[in-house]
Amino acid sequence: MLEAPLPGGRGSVEPVRVSAASILLAEPRPQGSGMTKLAEIILVVLLTASLAIGLVPGASYSHQNRDITAAAPSLKFPLGTDDLGRDRLTRLLYATRISMLLAATAAAATIALAFLIGGLAGYYGGLCDRLIASILDLMLSLPWLFLLLAVRALLPLNASPVTSLIATYAMMAAVGWAAPARIVRAGVRNFRHSEFVLQARAQGCPETRVLLRHILPNLRPVLVAQFWTAIPVFILAEANLGFLGLSASDPFPTWGTLLKELQSPLLLRPEAFAPAVAIAVSLLCFKLITPWGGSQV
Amino acid sequence: MKNFFCRTAILAATLAGSSLAQSGGELRFCLRADPKTFDPLRVEDDNSETVRYITGGVLLRVNRKTQELSPELARSWKVDQQGRRITFHLRTGLSFSDGTPFTADDVAYTVTRLMDPKLHSATADPFRSSDAPPQIAVTARDTIAITFATPISGLERLFDQVAILSRHSPKKIAAVMGPFFVSEYKPGVEIVLSRNPYYWKLDANGQRMPYLDRIRLQIQQNRDMELVRFRRGELDLINSLDPEVFEQLARQSPESVSDAGASLESEMLWFNQVPTSAIPAHKREWFASQDFRRAVSEAINRADLVKLVYKGHAAPAAGLISPANKFWVNRSLAPHPFDARSATARLVKAGFTSHSDGLYDRAGHRVEFSVVTNAGNKTRERIAVMLQQDLEHIGIKLNVVTLDFPSLIERMTQTFQYEACLLGLTNLDLDPSAQMNVWLSSAADHQWNPNQKTPATPWEAEIDRLMRAQAAELRLAERKRLFDQVQQIVWEQEPFIYLINKNSLMAFSPQLRNQAPAAIQPQAYWNIDQMKKSTLVAGR
Repeated sequence: MLEAPLPGGRGSVEPVRVSAASILLAEPRPQGSGMTKLAEIILVVLLTASLAIGLVPGASYSHQNRDITAAAPSLKFPLGTDDLGRDRLTRLLYATRISMLLAATAAAATIALAFLIGGLAGYYGGLCDRLIASILDLMLSLPWLFLLLAVRALLPLNASPVTSLIATYAMMAAVGWAAPARIVRAGVRNFRHSEFVLQARAQGCPETRVLLRHILPNLRPVLVAQFWTAIPVFILAEANLGFLGLSASDPFPTWGTLLKELQSPLLLRPEAFAPAVAIAVSLLCFKLITPWGGSQV
Repeated sequence: MKNFFCRTAILAATLAGSSLAQSGGELRFCLRADPKTFDPLRVEDDNSETVRYITGGVLLRVNRKTQELSPELARSWKVDQQGRRITFHLRTGLSFSDGTPFTADDVAYTVTRLMDPKLHSATADPFRSSDAPPQIAVTARDTIAITFATPISGLERLFDQVAILSRHSPKKIAAVMGPFFVSEYKPGVEIVLSRNPYYWKLDANGQRMPYLDRIRLQIQQNRDMELVRFRRGELDLINSLDPEVFEQLARQSPESVSDAGASLESEMLWFNQVPTSAIPAHKREWFASQDFRRAVSEAINRADLVKLVYKGHAAPAAGLISPANKFWVNRSLAPHPFDARSATARLVKAGFTSHSDGLYDRAGHRVEFSVVTNAGNKTRERIAVMLQQDLEHIGIKLNVVTLDFPSLIERMTQTFQYEACLLGLTNLDLDPSAQMNVWLSSAADHQWNPNQKTPATPWEAEIDRLMRAQAAELRLAERKRLFDQVQQIVWEQEPFIYLINKNSLMAFSPQLRNQAPAAIQPQAYWNIDQMKKSTLVAGR
């Protein structure tokens, strides 16, 4: 539990208790919009269905029904089967679970890193700030796709599909913190000379405590917005890597690996577009539920 | 009167149609990239090979349909001195594409240049039986004898690759004896090949060939775009098609596609047996076991691979020589049948034990390995996923790893950091001597354990002996007998687990005439000097 001051008031150093999770998941979010509610419902339904598929007996994302390949949608296979006879719907739901949960986890890790690094730069200023600002510029200017390709190639060959997938998201989190860190840095710099911070310091509050108890809660709107913005970014990044064959290894499905089927647009059946539709819908939903639509961040 | 005009109009239309059908026209198809060279003696890549094949005149040509050798610029030839000397009697009165006369001097010039070590010609490698240069004797304007220091098996067939250059033409390599010459090149865009007015071949009616006026080779890396353009009628042929694209085209216009049967291409799996590689010792022990390799081979359902991945346009492979290679294939060998029970029995015999959660070796290691293949190759990725399920049935866990091609090649040839590899092999040459670089244990392309100082196993030593013996043997039947034994050993030992032999699939515009699809390269246009384009068929 962290204690946070009520922001804004002159000398308002009375701490309020805020859980770490609520930093990212709670308010502020625009309330009352019908579209936002709809987006939330869609995401909840998607996530619930993707979690529930594991409870359906016989639902396997890897089993090849070799006598029922490239089948059209039917009662047994509502989205048909792929070229190897695997149930498209089951694979799509497993992919939804993997892509959404791992993207959210990677986004949380990124925001934590961004707060740590951006916070240090913004709070301490001086040489530390200049050094971190240079690193931020460097991170933002490098072509990370090539690093991801290289690191992916360096993974141990016997890494299981799960390991390779986690490594992929970990890499994305490890390189994705620069943009939110820059925003955090700017935010912390604003708060550094605010009266409540000066007062906390004057009362002998240690620097770490000032950063965590007094500044972090005030940055919550920024961090929340960055978190919700990062999730679709990571979903898209994984989709890109998966499309290039550099995400999870077979037979593990992710939205990106399912998209590979679209590489031959002339051979497609309508149901092959289901992963693309799922990505588009979820990105739109994330956009809608992001505070300020993600546009003011 | 009206009737007369109608008849005249019909007659005129028929004549016009007939004339159009015979007229030249332009043939268009795609290259994957720019050719690296237009010098026919320095060709190493497929795109340069296409230009060489279409523009280069050769002394002898392997007929891609019959696989027999036929005379071209040479009207006859004779091999003697135990395969060291070949004498050509050349056609007379021929000229290069710029009008420069063709004589035996040009052949001498070409062979001398080809064998110059400074040129580093890959085409010359099969001729290099020793360091000594060949002796060339031009005994008449139309006769030349070339004597090599040591015998070369299949010597005459090697001249299929040697395009003759002009010694005297001011245009140097641009003067050619083939049906077309390079008239325009826009890097990254296209190469235009124009009809060679001096091409020597006449058809049965005495008409000078080729019939086409021009060939436009368009540089197009994206295969999907190639297909789109073919369907729009902007291209006239596709030399090689994926099975699923083939099937789709076949559904839309069956007359535009052709399956020429088994090609020289195969897909195979092999295990890393390099003793110095970083893989665990117990895995190296599995991979060195013939029983293990045979068990894996028997657990693979090749018929399913053919059905699902190749849509029936392939055949289960038995060994290193495809049935497309009519003379050299050992027809007594059949593909290993799919038999999971037999596979399990072999593994038990080799000391493996099967548990509910998988297969374990004697020392209690779970049998699990990874297979690498190149990312982006959908066919291989599908094969690998199918192997995963097949091997799971005998308790083996297979991890599939796709790598970009340079990383894959580095692992295969330098670091040896891989456990098993799934790749394809294309034999461009029918003669087994062309595979010495793979089968000799000392060879760099002996993929499962390259560059051995002495053969690691008795059967590899035997393959070395047989390959050397067949290369030194001039009697064709005896060579065949020796090479059949090599195929038998490879079939038994399975250092490469051959999976399938692909069919040769291609597409032609309905406007093209005289196409004769063949199983060996260049499958679709090997008889390009005979191909015609009709304008009678309306655009599709």
